[in-house]
Amino acid sequence: MTLDLPIYMDNASTTRTDPRVLEAMLPFFLDTYGNPSSRNHSFGWAAEDGVDRARRQVADLIGAGPKEIIWTSGATEGNNLAIKGAARMYAKAPAGESGRGHIITAIHEHKAVIDPCKRLEREGFDVTWLEPGADGLITADMVAGAMRDDTILVSIMWANNEIGTINEVPEIGALCHEHNAIFHTDGTQWVGKMPTNVDTDNIDLLSFSGHKLFGPNGVGALYVRRRRPRVRLEAMLDGGGHERGMRSGTLNVPGIVGMGMACEIAGREMEAEGERLLKLRQHMERSLVDAIDVVQVNGHAEKRLPHLTNISFGFVEGESLMMGVKDIACSSGSACTSASLEPSYVLKALGVGDDLAHSSLRMSFGRWTTAEEVDYAIENIITAVKHLRSMSPLYDLHNEGIDISTIQWQAH
Amino acid sequence: MAYSEKVVEHYQNPRNVGSFGASNEVKDRSDIGVGIVGAPECGDVMQLQIKVDDEGMIEDAKFKCFGCGSAIASSSLATEWLKGRSVDDALKIKNTAIVEELSLPPVKIHCSVLAEDSIRSAIADYKKKNGMDDHDHDHDHDHDHDHDHDHSH
Repeated sequence: MTLDLPIYMDNASTTRTDPRVLEAMLPFFLDTYGNPSSRNHSFGWAAEDGVDRARRQVADLIGAGPKEIIWTSGATEGNNLAIKGAARMYAKAPAGESGRGHIITAIHEHKAVIDPCKRLEREGFDVTWLEPGADGLITADMVAGAMRDDTILVSIMWANNEIGTINEVPEIGALCHEHNAIFHTDGTQWVGKMPTNVDTDNIDLLSFSGHKLFGPNGVGALYVRRRRPRVRLEAMLDGGGHERGMRSGTLNVPGIVGMGMACEIAGREMEAEGERLLKLRQHMERSLVDAIDVVQVNGHAEKRLPHLTNISFGFVEGESLMMGVKDIACSSGSACTSASLEPSYVLKALGVGDDLAHSSLRMSFGRWTTAEEVDYAIENIITAVKHLRSMSPLYDLHNEGIDISTIQWQAH
Repeated sequence: MAYSEKVVEHYQNPRNVGSFGASNEVKDRSDIGVGIVGAPECGDVMQLQIKVDDEGMIEDAKFKCFGCGSAIASSSLATEWLKGRSVDDALKIKNTAIVEELSLPPVKIHCSVLAEDSIRSAIADYKKKNGMDDHDHDHDHDHDHDHDHDHSH
């Protein structure tokens, strides 16, 4: 069997839209293209039916009620609405004053969580930035250590997008509820891949997006708890009062229908798919660790997403490594900010050195990833690393027993 | 980042990779000049070794490079251009010629600068070992590039 190149191994960035999803969406572009807010004709009713059905499909995937789903444009909007909306709603002092309340998050969250928290910091909220250990894990104990009487919001992602480490979400949620703090989790990499129940997982706000779970781009959902406690948010978009007033704007009906179908499929297939992808991931990690010296798998050894791996290769430079694996579409340790090629702040937060952070690859598998593709990628990576090491003066020094960190380099 | 065909070709088939011996083996050999420039945290380290005959001609050159494709190509190209030149003639190799030959984009000019620096450094090492005057040792040469650039690439 011949492989189609390049191979797509960047499913944590975005995924192929499942053809079943696309098929469900098409009628809402071509036939039933009404606005669900149009209550006086059949085009509007059909669109509303589509949205209602999608709301149930999304709610079912996470164990929520349909009325607890707020449509968004994606997880960035969901994170912004959850964090800024909750902080401003539950603020302990008016805007412009200090002491508005305390928020807990972590330094290796996605930028779509970090930046809203930084904005709130400028607006008079106190933010505690938790720092993970080398495994990237945020535990309930860490959150407990930061909890204060005036803590109003905790935002800790479910699984990290770069390293796949799974945080202690149910435990953190329980802790928040003991302290009457709202618990938000960014579930972008988790929902649709791993079983989710907002009640038993103790979640108040959960953001995720369609395009990470084989649905379309430009649509996402924010779960907002309605009971025990009833969570209220200050809207960011004001207008027609859509989505219980929390998110005005004409609904993206085809996208919403697609996201609904994507969630329904994910609910049916995630268990078998998770097992399949875990085997592929373990095979890849084992093969690379066996074939190459000075290689490290980043993130937590066990508490890690099944479909994602992040591996650093010593003594090779990141950009040349990407050049060597050009037939594998994956991310590098500098990928999130590939315009600037700064080393990944997530890997830095784990204490990975700049050199190793630069020379790391994140491969994330998806619904169409095959064992043949994984084998090809393994061989390709081994070849590229060996080629680059044959040229690497740093690898020579390492083999001569010299610690390169002890050398006085003439930075040019 | 789109690489020029020549960069890709040098990356895939680098010329003259290697060394004439480990650092401690060549450090006292007067026929060999060694230049190591760059720093790992800047993302590139180039090691250039030249082997000079009794007439002062560079008979062989070897490189090792930790760096991006453009850095590898720049150092690979440098070894090709060094062979057969006199030591003084080699000092005339300018980074701009490397930029032109490899069609390096502006963000990769520092790779060519590094290659020029490694040539100067290797020749300085050779001259020092042989008790020769070295006017270029203090690195006061010109680049069409300022030295305060961002080392990320």
